[in-house]
Amino acid sequence: MFALVDCNNFYASCQRVFEPHLLGKPVVILSNNDGCVIARSNEAKALGIPMGAPAFEYKKLFEEQQVFVYSSNYALYGDMSSRVMNLLATFSPEIEVYSIDEAFLKFKGFEHYDLESYGKQIQRTVTKGTGIPISVGFAPTKALAKVANKIAKKFPDRTQSVYVIDTEDKRIKALKWTKIEDVWGIGRRHAKRLQRLNITNAYQFTQLPDAWVRKEMAVVGLRLKRELEGKPSLDLEKISAKKTIATTRSFEKMHSKLPDIAERVATFTAACAEKLRRQNSHCNLIMVFIRTNGFRQDQPQYSRNIVIQTDFPTNSTIELNHHAQIGLKAIFKEGYQYKKAGVVVMGLTPNAHTQLSLFDASNPKHLPLMAVVDKLNRSYGINKVKFASQSLGRQWKMRQEKLSPRYTTSFAEIIQIKL
Amino acid sequence: MKLRPIHQGPLLEFYAPDYSTAIDLPYIDAGLRAGFPSPADDFIELRIDINKEYIKNRDTTFFARVKGNSMVNAGIFDGDLLIIDKSLEPQNNKIAVCQIDGAFTVKRIKIEQDVVWLIAENENYQPIKVTPENELMIWGIVTASIKKF
Repeated sequence: MFALVDCNNFYASCQRVFEPHLLGKPVVILSNNDGCVIARSNEAKALGIPMGAPAFEYKKLFEEQQVFVYSSNYALYGDMSSRVMNLLATFSPEIEVYSIDEAFLKFKGFEHYDLESYGKQIQRTVTKGTGIPISVGFAPTKALAKVANKIAKKFPDRTQSVYVIDTEDKRIKALKWTKIEDVWGIGRRHAKRLQRLNITNAYQFTQLPDAWVRKEMAVVGLRLKRELEGKPSLDLEKISAKKTIATTRSFEKMHSKLPDIAERVATFTAACAEKLRRQNSHCNLIMVFIRTNGFRQDQPQYSRNIVIQTDFPTNSTIELNHHAQIGLKAIFKEGYQYKKAGVVVMGLTPNAHTQLSLFDASNPKHLPLMAVVDKLNRSYGINKVKFASQSLGRQWKMRQEKLSPRYTTSFAEIIQIKL
Repeated sequence: MKLRPIHQGPLLEFYAPDYSTAIDLPYIDAGLRAGFPSPADDFIELRIDINKEYIKNRDTTFFARVKGNSMVNAGIFDGDLLIIDKSLEPQNNKIAVCQIDGAFTVKRIKIEQDVVWLIAENENYQPIKVTPENELMIWGIVTASIKKF
């Protein structure tokens, strides 16, 4: 079974934890330069304020309706996110942090467990401990867990924000309720197409012939269909979300020393940065996590993550790795056998939106440098050109460590860390 | 341990703990006994981590700076730093960060059969009776107050 845990109106909820008078009031959060609305409380949604609403256009409405308007405070959101994720990680050894406010948890052998009460326990722990309300959806597959989560969120009174899809009846009912454009993984283009064919809900989509889905939506579409049919086709971390890019791996063997893990984190960061550049986007949040082997309960367990905000959107490997290494040092603890590490970049923005701040703050020299690195790697093979903190081969590992300060020396002036 | 401000309100300022600078202090478990020096071998030297001593649940622990003097008899003074654990259940006589009618305060909670009192630790302040008309939420339990000299 999988669970999708999602924080309700996460940014607005973070503000409310520390400002109780905001409960029940409309709250909106603005983007980096206070340009547009990027998060809304339910009350703000009810006022008809759309996502992405330009702040200046809605200024009058904000005043008339007494909407509480906040600039984004990623230091706060990042810290609260880490707390939520760390608490969630205590409920399952297998967790995939999917975005700043969502995580998939995998439960092996929980099929006959009372998931509903387990879900309530998860919810109580997180909401009491952090003040952030969450919704929990359980289902046999990730795509169905997304659907279950949506039901939990939509009907908080009836479900008490926990919903389990564990029977065929529930699955079919839930899919019939889910509009095709709301299905996880179906993009706008495909949704439009399907609607034209009178496929308006997820259930109808599952009734399409496999051959058609494969032909029109490729293997990704077919995988999604299987998932919605209740046949697990996606494991944790297999799908790359548009909201985030993650590179996480289990190590071949366990590592206990910081330099070994620092090398892995540098490599994962380089992979994330390369993916960012390939899809022409930047990120402004980077999360690093490390964990021991959850299946070796005979060994001491440790699992932590940290979210760091970059001062400006970036896709430079050098800048991102600088942040990642600082984050790693903050969470690394001696005395544990680490089995897994990962880097997740979040807060993605397209290149076009960041042009101005890019030249304000990010080192413009990185742009051509990264372009050359990517080109070389594309023509001569992956990872032919590496950054000094990445491994060139085992024998080089220790010497690599000495080279890594180069990152800090070139960027000392621009970095500000907020957890 | 550094403190990063994460939120400032009119009465309380909140901070997030930063563990990147954990400081181990040597701890000598022999007590101080003038005139009876223990043999050196008997010293059990441990390392104390202040974080470990004061923070049991790091993901649910928050800091707040005190403004005001309604809790002086409990040893909480203006400018002190409170360590608050949100995961702890409210219990009678615990000192808690409460949200009452949308505002923060720190008081000792007294739970009686049908009524909850928020008790100040200062004679100049009346106990607050929480009635059904009030909206009370126990935000977190104060586990320690740190004063710098």
